[in-house]
Amino acid sequence: MTYGPHTDADRARMRAALGIESVDELFADIPLAQRAGGLDLPPPEPESVLVERLRELAARNRVDLASFLGAGVQVHHAPPVVDQMLLRGEWYTAYTPYQPEVSQGTLQSIYEYESLIAELYDLDVVSASHYDGASASAEAALMACRATDRQRVLVSRGVHPHHRETTATYGSGAGLEVVEIPLEAEGEAAGTTDLPALERLLADGGPVAGILAAQPNVLGLLEPMAALAAAAHAAGALFVAVAEPVSLAVLRPPGAYGADIAAGEGQALGIAPQYGGPYLGILACTDSLVRQLPGRLVGMTRDLDGERAFVMTLQAREQHIRREKAASNICTNQALLALAASVWLAALGPHGLRDVAALGAARAASLEAALAAVGAPRPHRGPYLNEFAIRVPNAREVHHRLLERGILAGIPLADLLPDEPSLADCLLVCATEVTRPEDIDLFASALGEEIGR
Amino acid sequence: MVPAELRYTKDHEWVRVEGVDAIVGITAYAADQLGDVVFVELPAIGRTVEQAKAFGVVESVKAVSDLYAPLSGEVTAINEQLASRPELVNGDPFGEGWMVSLRIADPAELDGLLDAAAYDDLIAAG
Repeated sequence: MTYGPHTDADRARMRAALGIESVDELFADIPLAQRAGGLDLPPPEPESVLVERLRELAARNRVDLASFLGAGVQVHHAPPVVDQMLLRGEWYTAYTPYQPEVSQGTLQSIYEYESLIAELYDLDVVSASHYDGASASAEAALMACRATDRQRVLVSRGVHPHHRETTATYGSGAGLEVVEIPLEAEGEAAGTTDLPALERLLADGGPVAGILAAQPNVLGLLEPMAALAAAAHAAGALFVAVAEPVSLAVLRPPGAYGADIAAGEGQALGIAPQYGGPYLGILACTDSLVRQLPGRLVGMTRDLDGERAFVMTLQAREQHIRREKAASNICTNQALLALAASVWLAALGPHGLRDVAALGAARAASLEAALAAVGAPRPHRGPYLNEFAIRVPNAREVHHRLLERGILAGIPLADLLPDEPSLADCLLVCATEVTRPEDIDLFASALGEEIGR
Repeated sequence: MVPAELRYTKDHEWVRVEGVDAIVGITAYAADQLGDVVFVELPAIGRTVEQAKAFGVVESVKAVSDLYAPLSGEVTAINEQLASRPELVNGDPFGEGWMVSLRIADPAELDGLLDAAAYDDLIAAG
């Protein structure tokens, strides 16, 4: 059975209308070597055999590791209600309700997501949603440029390298100048954004549209966000906070320190690491920037009968209406993941979220103490929440040997941040509320042995 | 018949010359086509705009359109009222619905604009 709706006669008519002999002519611009050939697939297998083979493949995944890996991803406990909600068939529908009046449930779920995130980030409006934290950060940079009519963006090297690369990629298409702000090399503030260097970048070169900094930053350290925001505003630039959402239960939210725009990776909101994606891009801003905000906005109103109703609002910014002049043509709604985040937040509630953040910070503090005791101290002095660097001789080699012993010792910073040679002998490690104390003991004793060899 | 003392563009902006400045808005025809205007994004005072380039955005319930500068020049004033009362664009497009005032950079550019009769012909032709 064929799934294509067109008959041979349909195809012949379309070819005739286009004046072509063969469909291949439509792909003439793609060099032959770049085109996909036939798929080299093995013959079909019986389901029972196939299931067995997939099981064997899945068994090669190491799910038994004691993991201390973060680096942009955080594992948290998700109550079963999250997955159970996602299994409901009602959600397997269009991720954008283009016929909103008959999609009240989907609209309400988006409205709830936007309301929860707005409260968490302390900003006026939230769009639903974006691919991931990286694309949300890049969109924030583009927003700042449109709003200020300037083309230069300063991005702290404390922003995750994937976010920085994506911002540079989006910026290259839009003709932006993306400049990186270095991190402090030493002293109390080592590992956080270099404020004097920022002042120099603001003073030299063209006017700056926006400054991007992350809280906590990629090294897990807390940035002086209020000072960075003040520096941005003094230069007539907008301040973009790339803020980790769970941390906002215990840290000041972006709206409180003057961020104009906030972006964030929403994976931490109860979404499994799932091989690096799909994730959830959070993007929020102040009211005055709402027309620059890409993505769907849902509002609550009353219908003709006075009943509560949800609507897609301010759609004129969007690609289905504004076409090439839309606020963005590279955005989507990760609707199911936004729903997962909403259910997770609602299930935990504000007190539960604070417990998650506080317990994770406590676990990270015991991890720090255990690792320092076996000879792996932190290179930085500043405060952190879940994640921190440790200095380990032969870091990459030790990381490899620990993996063989069933311990995922974070990530070598030589791999994550190759542009920071002073951190080449460091590992970046992370703990959250799900990190087990016995795994911390296991990691510390194994690391002690490896260092002592 | 559109106001005779104004000049027009084929993009449906109007220009009223007042000494060295030019007041700019959109025509009643443009406002009708757009429908209810809900938001007008105007440039910052002091910005220099270039003839035929976009300098702002007008948003209605059904469309968002760029505003094209009928003349080159520096923005000397914007209609601050439109921020809270965008409906003035529909209600009084040639008066209270004005958008920006430009310091005319090159008076010769005025010669390229349409007069009222030519603009009437343009909209009559659809």
